[in-house]
Amino acid sequence: MHYLDHAASTPVRPEAVEAMLPLLAVHPGNPSGGHAAAREAKTALEEAREAVADVLGCGPGEVVFTGGGTEGDNLAVKGSARARRASGDGVVVSAFEHKGVLAPAHRLEGEGFRVGEVPVTRAGIVDLDGLAEALDDRTVVASVMLVNNEVGTIQPLGEVARLLRERAPRAVLHTDAVQAVPWIDVADATRDCDLVTISGHKFGGPKGMGVLVVREGIALVPEIEGGGQERGLRAGTVNVAGAVGLATALRVTHERRVEETTRIAALRDRLAAGLRAALPDLFTNGEQGRKVAGNLHVGFPGVEAEALLLMLDQAGICGAAGSSCSSGATEQSYVLAAMGLPRADALASIRLSLGFASSDADVDACLAVLPGLVQRLRDRTASVA
Amino acid sequence: MAMSGGVDSSVAAALLRDQGHDVTGVTLRLWGGDADAGCCSVADVEDARRVAAQLGLPHYVFDFADDFDASVVSPFVAAYVAGHTPNPCVDCNNTMKWGRLLDRALAIGFDAIATGHHARVETMHGALELRRGADAAKDQSYVLARLGPPQLARTLLPVGELTKADVRAHATRLGLRTAAKAESMDVCFVKRGERRSFVAGRAEERPGVMVTTNGQVVGEHTGVSAFTIGQRRGLGVALGERRFVVDVDADAATVTIGRHDDLLCDSQPLRDLRVLGGELAPGSEVLAQVRAHGEALPARWEGGCVAWHRPQPRVAPGQVVALYRDDVVLGGALAA
Repeated sequence: MHYLDHAASTPVRPEAVEAMLPLLAVHPGNPSGGHAAAREAKTALEEAREAVADVLGCGPGEVVFTGGGTEGDNLAVKGSARARRASGDGVVVSAFEHKGVLAPAHRLEGEGFRVGEVPVTRAGIVDLDGLAEALDDRTVVASVMLVNNEVGTIQPLGEVARLLRERAPRAVLHTDAVQAVPWIDVADATRDCDLVTISGHKFGGPKGMGVLVVREGIALVPEIEGGGQERGLRAGTVNVAGAVGLATALRVTHERRVEETTRIAALRDRLAAGLRAALPDLFTNGEQGRKVAGNLHVGFPGVEAEALLLMLDQAGICGAAGSSCSSGATEQSYVLAAMGLPRADALASIRLSLGFASSDADVDACLAVLPGLVQRLRDRTASVA
Repeated sequence: MAMSGGVDSSVAAALLRDQGHDVTGVTLRLWGGDADAGCCSVADVEDARRVAAQLGLPHYVFDFADDFDASVVSPFVAAYVAGHTPNPCVDCNNTMKWGRLLDRALAIGFDAIATGHHARVETMHGALELRRGADAAKDQSYVLARLGPPQLARTLLPVGELTKADVRAHATRLGLRTAAKAESMDVCFVKRGERRSFVAGRAEERPGVMVTTNGQVVGEHTGVSAFTIGQRRGLGVALGERRFVVDVDADAATVTIGRHDDLLCDSQPLRDLRVLGGELAPGSEVLAQVRAHGEALPARWEGGCVAWHRPQPRVAPGQVVALYRDDVVLGGALAA
């Protein structure tokens, strides 16, 4: 199988598996307890927290372990808006945020907040003029992702933060950095952010484990309440093994980032060039110079992405289109629609995303198979019609 | 293999696999609206996926929701507003399963599509025929009556030879999770009893009057879409005896009610006949079925109408009238 869907999820790095195993199989302790076994778990958890803080450029006390990216987004957007209700009512998000941000924003709208959805450009970048217009001194939270999950474009967070300081001094800035970790120095890119979401399984950690960085002094109303764990922001016994796995994967990813990014960018570029040579009429989505190294978002005029993905799967190649909905169908992408892509082009587009586990063999297999499938699909579609 | 998540298509997939076919399961996502409880809800997709996994078959979901809205739901609403009675399941079969799904399957390189309908595709005298399913009580040939010969040639209906009891027994033998699952009976995108509000939510309607057959105004209504020819319940008038809707005039926003006798006709005009197989020369004797599980009644095909042997109630315009010879489908038309 050739796995070209790393933006959906990655394999767990061997180092993370190894670090997690003793915590799953041997140590029974609850980190909140008072005995030796509890202390062992607590130590593992706090070491993981420190490792995460090191990579993300924050203090250990600013690391809140969550159950994944969507949970972090929910806590950040709803928690910060509700905590600032007295100082304003404006919530501003980009139109192509992950649903983990958009759905909470819509929830807040139902609670009386004003929600502004900032348009994005055809290049896949948040429209800064539109953002400036949406911000005002009643804005309490703005959320702009660091890297878009479908087209892989890197958003200008520095500019976003500057606009916030100028036009919305009361607002906190949240960024969903879930797709950024393998490719970008997140500590540097999120310097100006008050809240930062990451998710373990996008960089070789376990699924269902994430982190929300909550800078000191940023108040949040918690979503999950109970025993006061994670500074009262996320009650419940922490998944210690998950935290250790996430921290280990994050450390390994950080150490190898430059080397891996360089290698994967070359693979991605070879894949793109090979496809273009075989299928000169293909088009790509998202401005090439502003994308992360692992993302190739490509469309084949006249081809139905759903049919092509099925044929790729039959040939042992895993790709994706749109965003997964609960029934497993590929809905028409709201991300591509927000970018102004014509509907027909959006339905003809697929995402091939590479990651640390990708190899030359994956690219070779895809190049060997995909052009022929596109051609067959076009020929047969013509003969059916 | 179109897998709805029900027991028939589950068993159909198993049978095809065991016959040695190269089978791929597909569930269509057709409707994501409020009534997401029909044949394509998330729970049903999950049942289909699990059955496919149990049978060792690949499974995919195709999202045809936009097309479904345009090809099935919008015409459904428009028909009611025009005073007609549509048959959305037949439209869905023609435009979705034997339309987009078949086109896509052929484009991908499959030879045929299969469904769990209780009907049979057989070759007789060198020609393909669509016959009623072996289980007379569960026969679904009516909803396939408006397919064409090219579609039939690409169709497999593996459970058509079985009774429903056989199907459930086979599912139980295989340990399929859908073995005891209840059947879906309603239109998948409208909850039972909510057709009126569904139509009202998607279309503007004019109020009008209700009259008797001799023109006397006996009531008012808020829109003709609530009425179907032959309807007896929910008329909102009390005249001391059973009354039926005998005519719906959408242009005048007038609903005519009368006695059962007023509904009876010697012949039923038809339009848009699609011939599926066999010979259908004017003057030939046929059996005409006007409802999915109704009786097939003897009649003579007159070209443009069927002449009943005994007078029958008028069929609401837009309803499918399937024509049979014995248990072979000759074709399907719409009541005019």
